[in-house]
Amino acid sequence: MEHPLRIVVAKPGLDGHDRGAKVVARALRDAGHEVIYTGLRRTSQQIVDTVRDEDARFLGLSSLSGAHAHLFPQVCQKLIEAGLDDVVVFGGGIIPEDDRPALHEAGVRAIFGPGTPTAEILEFMTTASSMADVGVGQTSDWHWTSKA
Amino acid sequence: MTDLHRSAQNGDRRALARMLSAIEAGEVDVQTLIDAAPPTGAWNVMAITGAPGVGKSVLVDAIMQRWARQGHTTALLAVDPSSPRTGGALLGDRVRMTTVDDPELSHRVYVRSVATRKAIGSVPMVVGDMAAYLLGCGWDRVIIETVGAGQSELRCAAVADRIVVVEGPARGDGIQAEKAGLLELADLVLVNKCDLDGAERHAAELTESYALGEEAPQVMLVSGLKGTGVDQAAEVMLDLAPSNRSTVAKMRERLHASLERRLTSHSRYNQTLVDLSQGTIDIHEAMALLLSERHESPGRDDQPR
Repeated sequence: MEHPLRIVVAKPGLDGHDRGAKVVARALRDAGHEVIYTGLRRTSQQIVDTVRDEDARFLGLSSLSGAHAHLFPQVCQKLIEAGLDDVVVFGGGIIPEDDRPALHEAGVRAIFGPGTPTAEILEFMTTASSMADVGVGQTSDWHWTSKA
Repeated sequence: MTDLHRSAQNGDRRALARMLSAIEAGEVDVQTLIDAAPPTGAWNVMAITGAPGVGKSVLVDAIMQRWARQGHTTALLAVDPSSPRTGGALLGDRVRMTTVDDPELSHRVYVRSVATRKAIGSVPMVVGDMAAYLLGCGWDRVIIETVGAGQSELRCAAVADRIVVVEGPARGDGIQAEKAGLLELADLVLVNKCDLDGAERHAAELTESYALGEEAPQVMLVSGLKGTGVDQAAEVMLDLAPSNRSTVAKMRERLHASLERRLTSHSRYNQTLVDLSQGTIDIHEAMALLLSERHESPGRDDQPR
């Protein structure tokens, strides 16, 4: 097999609910990837530093607090500033349909709501890994359309 | 790759992280990039080992914080196990790390999670190369935090100059302390969670047991979480002298590890396993093949490390 993908799963902001993040982390692990979990309540800067130091190819952001519209774009911006524009960002949690276009605009390539089968997340990862220009700061305007 | 290497040496942490990935994947040979001779002075690479759940991560974090405040730079390679079934890994040591998130100190601390991948034992040998590279990029000290290790997990001796064994309270009776193994290789023993029942007794039993032999390592009581004894432990660890009791055992680990590495890095290693399983060659032929020729290709994807 290829080298495993390195994926950071992060919980930005003041949000104590990490069951979803743990389920996703577990599914990614069981698919043969190396998942670095940050733990709760991280700042955008801490998350970006972790992605940089761990040389992660993917970053999964989980938010159930309602602060996604502020925090996700902030993380994306800081990734680009740190020169990590090739990192693929995806998000999950309670994220209303109306908020999603702005997040895609900011560079989030997929948003998975409650009830998403983990297989769909893996399918997204496989698709995104095969594309060369879907990093957070890269040119493509592609995003994953969730079936859930 | 040369540009990336130059950036890493100039302190670019993204470049450093990418170089470490390349080293881990066997795509570059560290010896060709940096001087093999480690910088100078005291120890360079320290292994922190001990059973799962004794508090290695919290303790290492507390120690690195003390050193960072004093101006020392420390890189941590935190090893967690890969699933033997899927090859995946959940690397969770960062959850317990706070120093690396402290904006005042984070420039003096580098934390990298490492999965064991296909390696045998509690430390993949490639971690030794990663440590050498970090030293070559100017980090003062490298700590390797091993996978939670049992009594006979001694492989960390092959990659580290010093070994610190972390113990917890109430880890068995006095006889446990008499058993051979990991504790024999320790240059220092930290009995963590000293605020809990049984810690003092366990430390006393260990000290007593060591007193029966020669060149006993120091046994210290600490609490990584509460901070008790951490200042003293950090000071002792900074200038830790090697215990000369176990030089032979350490060398044995190095020798075995390098033999194992030579076998598994041979270009025909995987094919040889297949041939063996099909009965077309026997073990003696396999050994002769893998050890006689030197067709090593560390860059191949399918090579165990």
